[in-house]
Amino acid sequence: MSDTIFALSSGRPPAAIAVLRISGPAARTAAEALAGRCPPPRRASLRTVRDAAGAPLDRALVLYFPGPATATGEDLVELHCHGGRAVVAAVEHALAALPGLRPARPGEFTRRALENGRIDLAQAQGLADLLEAETETQRRTALAAAEGAVGRAVAGWLDRLSAIAARVEAQLDFADEADVEDAGGYDPAPAISALLAEWHATLAAPSVERLRDGIRVVIAGPPNAGKSSLFNALVDRDAAIVTPIAGTTRDILEAAVMRDGIPYRLTDTAGLAEATDDEVERIGIDRAAAAIASADMLLWMGAPAVAPRGAVILAGKADLPDTGSNDADLAVSARLPDTVAALWALLADRARMMLAIDGDMALRQSQRDALADAAAALDLAARTSDLLIVAEQLRVATRPLAGLLGRDATEAMLDALFGRFCLGK
Amino acid sequence: MFHVKQFDVIVVGGGHAGTEAAAAAARRGARVALLSQSGAQIGTMSCNPSIGGLGKGHLVREVDALDGLMARAADAGAIHYRMLNRSKGLAVQGPRIQADRRRYRAAIHDLLTATPNLTIVEGEAAALTLDHDRLTGVRLADNSTITAPAVVLATGTFLGGRIYRGSEREAGGRVGERPALELGEQLRSLGLPMRRLKTGTPPRLDGRTIDWARLTPQPSDDDPWRMSPMTYGPRLPQLACAVTRTNIATHDIIRAGLDNSPLFSGAIEGQGPRYCPSIEDKVHRFGDRDGHQIFLEPEGLDDTTVYPNGISTSLATDVQIAMVRSVEGLERAVITVPGYAVEYDHLDPRALDHRLALAALPGLFCAGQINGTTGYEEAAAQGLIAGLNAAAVARDDAPVIFDRASAYVGVMIDDLVLQGVSEPYRMLTARAEYRLALRADNAETRLSALGEAANCLSEQRRAHVARRMGQRDNLRAGQVAVSEVDPDIAREVEEDARYAPYLARQAEEIDRMRRDGAIAIPTGAALHTIAGLSNEMIERLTTAAPTTLDEASRVRGVTPAALAALWLHARKSA
Repeated sequence: MSDTIFALSSGRPPAAIAVLRISGPAARTAAEALAGRCPPPRRASLRTVRDAAGAPLDRALVLYFPGPATATGEDLVELHCHGGRAVVAAVEHALAALPGLRPARPGEFTRRALENGRIDLAQAQGLADLLEAETETQRRTALAAAEGAVGRAVAGWLDRLSAIAARVEAQLDFADEADVEDAGGYDPAPAISALLAEWHATLAAPSVERLRDGIRVVIAGPPNAGKSSLFNALVDRDAAIVTPIAGTTRDILEAAVMRDGIPYRLTDTAGLAEATDDEVERIGIDRAAAAIASADMLLWMGAPAVAPRGAVILAGKADLPDTGSNDADLAVSARLPDTVAALWALLADRARMMLAIDGDMALRQSQRDALADAAAALDLAARTSDLLIVAEQLRVATRPLAGLLGRDATEAMLDALFGRFCLGK
Repeated sequence: MFHVKQFDVIVVGGGHAGTEAAAAAARRGARVALLSQSGAQIGTMSCNPSIGGLGKGHLVREVDALDGLMARAADAGAIHYRMLNRSKGLAVQGPRIQADRRRYRAAIHDLLTATPNLTIVEGEAAALTLDHDRLTGVRLADNSTITAPAVVLATGTFLGGRIYRGSEREAGGRVGERPALELGEQLRSLGLPMRRLKTGTPPRLDGRTIDWARLTPQPSDDDPWRMSPMTYGPRLPQLACAVTRTNIATHDIIRAGLDNSPLFSGAIEGQGPRYCPSIEDKVHRFGDRDGHQIFLEPEGLDDTTVYPNGISTSLATDVQIAMVRSVEGLERAVITVPGYAVEYDHLDPRALDHRLALAALPGLFCAGQINGTTGYEEAAAQGLIAGLNAAAVARDDAPVIFDRASAYVGVMIDDLVLQGVSEPYRMLTARAEYRLALRADNAETRLSALGEAANCLSEQRRAHVARRMGQRDNLRAGQVAVSEVDPDIAREVEEDARYAPYLARQAEEIDRMRRDGAIAIPTGAALHTIAGLSNEMIERLTTAAPTTLDEASRVRGVTPAALAALWLHARKSA
């Protein structure tokens, strides 16, 4: 028999109200111990919450949800208390004093929901992100996963893999048994390529973690191009030391900025000098190169001709004469607020585009890793004509995806096989 | 009652599972009684006259590597050899032969006769005898008793067997033979989980009435490969098979006859195999196809019977005649025995452990169709494992278990005892995740040491293996030329090298599996003490009764979260 767990399930106090959740076999008796008679299922009732000695702690709404049709699959009680720190602490203290109750460990409610089959793994992970989500964009992404967008996508990929594997297996296992002639000479390559293209596109999109951390905007360019001034203007504080001496920024500087509901992680980098004798500056340049490589958006403040692919090209120091460049996407200067606002607008446009395409299908790191493993296996399948190896690689590719959904891959393939072909003598 | 005969192991049933079980137990030194309704029927091929194929050929070679009978008897009776998937990698090449039924049966008899410690007892098993809850032996229909501490049930389709053809019904496991009624009732009364399955067989044709000249012949392979590497000497004369196909007219006749088909009238409840469907199933499920292939397989050198593989049916006899005669080359064909479907009892194999022993009644083993499988080869491989382990029980020896990475027989038994069956189980190479390593051609390399350790190899086999293992070692070390070793060994070593990178990757997977296989998990009531296991998970784990984390990971529907809970529990209790 599992323990009964409880936790504050709303935000940290102080707040207007605080929701305490109790889940497990003793949830109902806990509610009765604290608030007297348990209200009818799913009906909010106002009760006085008292400690073991009978001292009133708060007036709270009490809700009782009998299992298994609850979020965790167990009996569930919610106490909606006033959200002061002292009240919450007192009610938590009173709950902990009840027999069989203990505070929940992080993620334990979700884990129980998963174990009791209330949600699948993809949903569980989406839910965890939702609880941490701070912005509207992140919330939408998390919601999509919780509602099974990722689960549905993975299930769809598995179905397609099963169908390909079934046709390959039909040739391997039933070559002799007639009636697979319509599978004869089946070339899995086009279907595999299509799947791979989709996976690589999905993998190229930023992950859920990335969205949660913020879109990485990296400012880069040659020394003394005005990168740090721009960084400060965007961050709106003197985070970077700005001097007119080339090579001042020797390491990378980062700042998290929220703008128009979109989280950004801004990075200022060392100027990319072609050669330097300064060891510290050289390390800074190496780090800048690494930051550029991991950027979701790159703001390039150098000559357009040598801009990295996909970069937003900025003509810096727009307040000074003779720096304007016709090849730039935008002219900016830290000293001209209008140009900084224009840059923000451009960033928001690009960010929304990125999020609109990928928002519904952002993967968590673990899902990404599984998909990357599957893609690596399928890449090998695409590069051989030995059906035996194709089948082996399909099996290897299927396993991490089936793992995400907790499914049996072989059985799914056999179902596809026998559904499609009239096999056997 | 005359006197009580005493043995170490009694095997009930003389089919492919029973004969392998009896011989395997005897090879391990047990005194064995092989009990059969009719001694003459021992080793009968009830259905098609072929042995081997994809997945199935792998099983035959594995049984052979453990010194079983099937491959050698197949060679002795083979009148047609065909290596399937010849153009593909060795891992999916499937050796298959057509056997002369009479010669195959005679070869099985010879091999059994030559097996020491084995006695054939003619009689019908009526019931298991129990002393309280302990198994003591078998009571025969004539009320005599044979005693043994271990019994292997290999009763095929005879448990509660019922034959269907059109509106005709007959009790029996094979046409013309009695079913085992009392035994079936006793198993049900023991509270064992019994279910129904069905299978079928096509009509047999008189080969002299087939117009062979109009059909495409399929000759036997030219190169002189054999089922068993122990077989030497010339082959029997080889016969060609022929291929024809059904057509629209055939399908119309079948559709018109469905009214009194027991499959479609609901008379048969048991689920049939998806991969060996009756012709009426094929026409019904794949209605858009304009034809289905039929392989015409001769049944013997001095037997005119032909087995039309592909048209298993339980339609009424007159419909069968019309159906056959609508096919090219069969316009004047005469049916000698009409096809029929048979529905039979089987045990939910999840009640068994990996030795094929029944948890509920120590000493009782089950092998073959009684466990929900289909096919001679699947039956033989289970018989072998049940026999080796029944001998172990009687003689207090070590159990013999093969895991999924060692053998197809390991894959099959693991599937059966953990997943159960929803239709007759057939071996497929696709079921073996370590397919690249488990090839039909390397069974000897994979299993000889395990057979040696189980003490089930004859003197002759051990000498044969020692010689060939030496060849492999020398060839790998570059000490001999390819031309100096047996040709099959040269191919085997070459194929090993070809797939080496994939085999290395699989080796890591296998390590992981075996590591998890060493983590014991609780069973039965103890599952309820594990935090975080839902009732649904407990139910699934209770039915399949996995004993290790690795086994639990393959029980259908067991979630990663449940596995995590089991793992955490195992860590805590370690």
